[in-house]
Amino acid sequence: MWSFSQIANNVHEWLGRTFSPSMALFFEMVLAGIAVIGLFALLGLVLVIMERKVSAWMQIRLGPNRVGPKGMLQSLADTLKLLVKEGLTPDGADKFLFNLAPFIAMIVAMLLMAPVAFARDFQLWDMNIGILYVSAVSSITVISILMAGWSSNNKYSLMGAMRSGAQIISYELSAGLSVLSIVVLTGSLQISEIVHSQANGWWIFKAFPTVLVSFVTFIIAVTAETNRAPFDLAEAESELTAGFHTEYSGMKFALFFLAEYVNVFIVCAIGATLFLGGWMPFHIGNWQGFNHVMDYIPSSLWFFGKTFFLIFVIMWFRWTFPRLRIDQLLTLEWKYLLPISMINLLITTAIAILGWHF
Amino acid sequence: MLNEALKAKITELLPEASFEEQGQWLQCLVAPKDWLTLAGSLRNLPDLSFDYMFCLTCIDWKTHLSMVYHMTSTQFRHNLVIKVKLDRTSPAVDTVSHIWRTAELHEREVYEMFGVLFNNHPDLRLLILPDGWEGKNPLRKDFEDPINMIRL
Amino acid sequence: MVEEIGTTSEGDLIINVGPQHPATHGVLHLVITLNGETIKKVEPHLGYIHRSIEKMCESLTYRQFIYVTSRMDYLSAHINNHGCALCVEKGLQVEIPARAQVIRVLMDELTRIASHELWWGAMAMDLGAFTPFFHAFRERETINDIMEETCGARLTMNYMVPGGVMQDLHPMFQKRVKDFLVLYKRKIHEYDELLTGNIIFQNRMKGVGMLDPADAISYGCTGPTARGSGVRCDVRKFAPYEVYDKLDFEEVTEQGCDSFARYMVRIREMQQSVRIIEQLIDNIPSGDFQAKTKAVLKLPKGEFYQQVETARGELGIYIVSEGGTTPYRIKFRSPGFSNLSVLDHIARGSKLGDLVAMMGTLDLVIPDIDR
Repeated sequence: MWSFSQIANNVHEWLGRTFSPSMALFFEMVLAGIAVIGLFALLGLVLVIMERKVSAWMQIRLGPNRVGPKGMLQSLADTLKLLVKEGLTPDGADKFLFNLAPFIAMIVAMLLMAPVAFARDFQLWDMNIGILYVSAVSSITVISILMAGWSSNNKYSLMGAMRSGAQIISYELSAGLSVLSIVVLTGSLQISEIVHSQANGWWIFKAFPTVLVSFVTFIIAVTAETNRAPFDLAEAESELTAGFHTEYSGMKFALFFLAEYVNVFIVCAIGATLFLGGWMPFHIGNWQGFNHVMDYIPSSLWFFGKTFFLIFVIMWFRWTFPRLRIDQLLTLEWKYLLPISMINLLITTAIAILGWHF
Repeated sequence: MLNEALKAKITELLPEASFEEQGQWLQCLVAPKDWLTLAGSLRNLPDLSFDYMFCLTCIDWKTHLSMVYHMTSTQFRHNLVIKVKLDRTSPAVDTVSHIWRTAELHEREVYEMFGVLFNNHPDLRLLILPDGWEGKNPLRKDFEDPINMIRL
Repeated sequence: MVEEIGTTSEGDLIINVGPQHPATHGVLHLVITLNGETIKKVEPHLGYIHRSIEKMCESLTYRQFIYVTSRMDYLSAHINNHGCALCVEKGLQVEIPARAQVIRVLMDELTRIASHELWWGAMAMDLGAFTPFFHAFRERETINDIMEETCGARLTMNYMVPGGVMQDLHPMFQKRVKDFLVLYKRKIHEYDELLTGNIIFQNRMKGVGMLDPADAISYGCTGPTARGSGVRCDVRKFAPYEVYDKLDFEEVTEQGCDSFARYMVRIREMQQSVRIIEQLIDNIPSGDFQAKTKAVLKLPKGEFYQQVETARGELGIYIVSEGGTTPYRIKFRSPGFSNLSVLDHIARGSKLGDLVAMMGTLDLVIPDIDR
């Protein structure tokens, strides 16, 4: 049967047969790099067209429908337009930081691809601190936003960046705490182990009430962390025109845009991995027959299905909710989400120690 | 309060005031120096309580300017029109923006359009016209702008 | 001119919102003094779309000047025209046929619904919710289609003439309006589900932009802005024109004094307009749609003032006539101008995000402010 892990193994074996081991490793790295960049570009295109179609569907209109079949190539055309546009740098801007910021945003998004398990045994780097790595690296995003806002020499950008700084740093706490509840249940930070621990049921069902709370907290927190509506105060285009990327144009703007979408994909992938079993098919305890039937659906389909479902939920938020105000945003985090997730973590720990889950 | 009663009340407050009957509402002509005190009484006396000034404008009569204040009482719904005759060369009148807050922006508009100076106005600057239009008063009858004005 | 860039001596940030800004819905320029996110002062700079309509009207005849006023508050163009026509008729002392009166009121109320629909969508957009805009436009399009059929235009209808309306109703008018009412009633619950009941929305609106009734009157606020503070100021009630005194409708007021109260007034006002249309649509009297007037209109010497209730508040038309064919002086007391003056008062001390919400609930239309 064709599967991602088999293809990867075949390539690995072929390279091992053909070249010396060090050369094989080198080629594998090059291939992995190409795969990540390709996936990055592909995700950008797919998610942009998906967002436009989802928003059109919610707004009783058609959405892009001219370029390609049913408008599916619209984002390709948009990318072409952004590529040939002039990238302006404002006069009073700090040129070095201004040009660096979009690249940092993109590099962070790319780094986060590493530990994501896309299918059964198909992962770039299954490090033993996978979850810690994700939460550590994702915090770097705020630096790129602050850099962009500060160096633009624009008050709207600066305000957007400051808002974003306060927002991301606050919401990282509850995102981290909700992830920790899975870590205490699994006893591991490694992505593959977390997925394997869900072989007899996904965590959201296995430790139902507490993990559901962490799941909801996680979704709210990551929506805020990726600056998506209703937490898009960093952009807030009715207040700050476009927030931190007001002064960006052309490809530099596109990189921010792309990084935002890839970040959404990654947080949804992490959410799907932790709470919904990642590539693990829907299993119920030890119902062997049922589990076996479920295994016929390829693991990559399971993974992408769950991830895109979560992405859809986040898009749904964006197109239905009005935006919060900055003080309400911080109140929500510090007065509600943080205490809830702390108590929830405590209860989850008790459940994990006492073994009161399936 | 009916027009007759209003008339009596205003005459009591300001004996020099004269009246015109031709419009739909009672019109009262006041000298610029008396206007501020009369305005205070009109607003604050409980049986008058003209609390809502719905129109404030100026008319250029070529020989003189006349400020027109339309006011009404939201409580009694009686209307009054006050007219203040101003000298055309150096028009000035006391501001009423502290009595009716709406007058603040309206007076700024009249200031730039007619050149009327409002004494003690908190912020008498150009509101609508761009910088450099101080002293030109577009709504006066003798204003000429060969570029922007089209005569039909 | 104030220093418009950099910071003040106290270290407060000064930012320019506009003249081109997504939240001002036009070319309004606000200079805002900010302390962090908190607003210390809002100063409007106007005139970016000032066309000097008042000066223009001085050289237009009484038939011509009405159509310039469509361009003031373009969202309630019918009602502007209506006010001007009424003011001219007051000078001419013409009796308007019953049919024309009913047609005018029907058109006014349709315009009011259309205007409030657009306001609803645009205000939701100010708050960051995009979807309501499209839902509002779905119904608004139907009204625009009705207008197009009868008046030939969708936005600046120019349908009113002194003495009545320009031409008779389209034969399909009654059916189309009834269809619209059915559609509207079927969809109106979506508005509440999408926005009014939303917890984020309510938190953004309640207790924000407090305007107490005394201030509302003093600042000259009218329309839904003042009625949100419990001030009864509907011209249709206290100085009824046309057939409004024979109709059964409520003057909508709310006691909340905040942005949410102003929001609710407009939402409920749409339902009252529907009520008015329902009463009139089957009772359009037959007869002339226009009174006989002279080809060249001359108003007698004197002053004429007419108030009408537009979607934004009280529009006053003040005509000073010297007896000629053109007005000697004309003044439009626009509701937006007075409603804007209150912005500084209600915005001080609140957050930058709330300023946008407040501007939304004041329902500012910039050409109406600038004239």
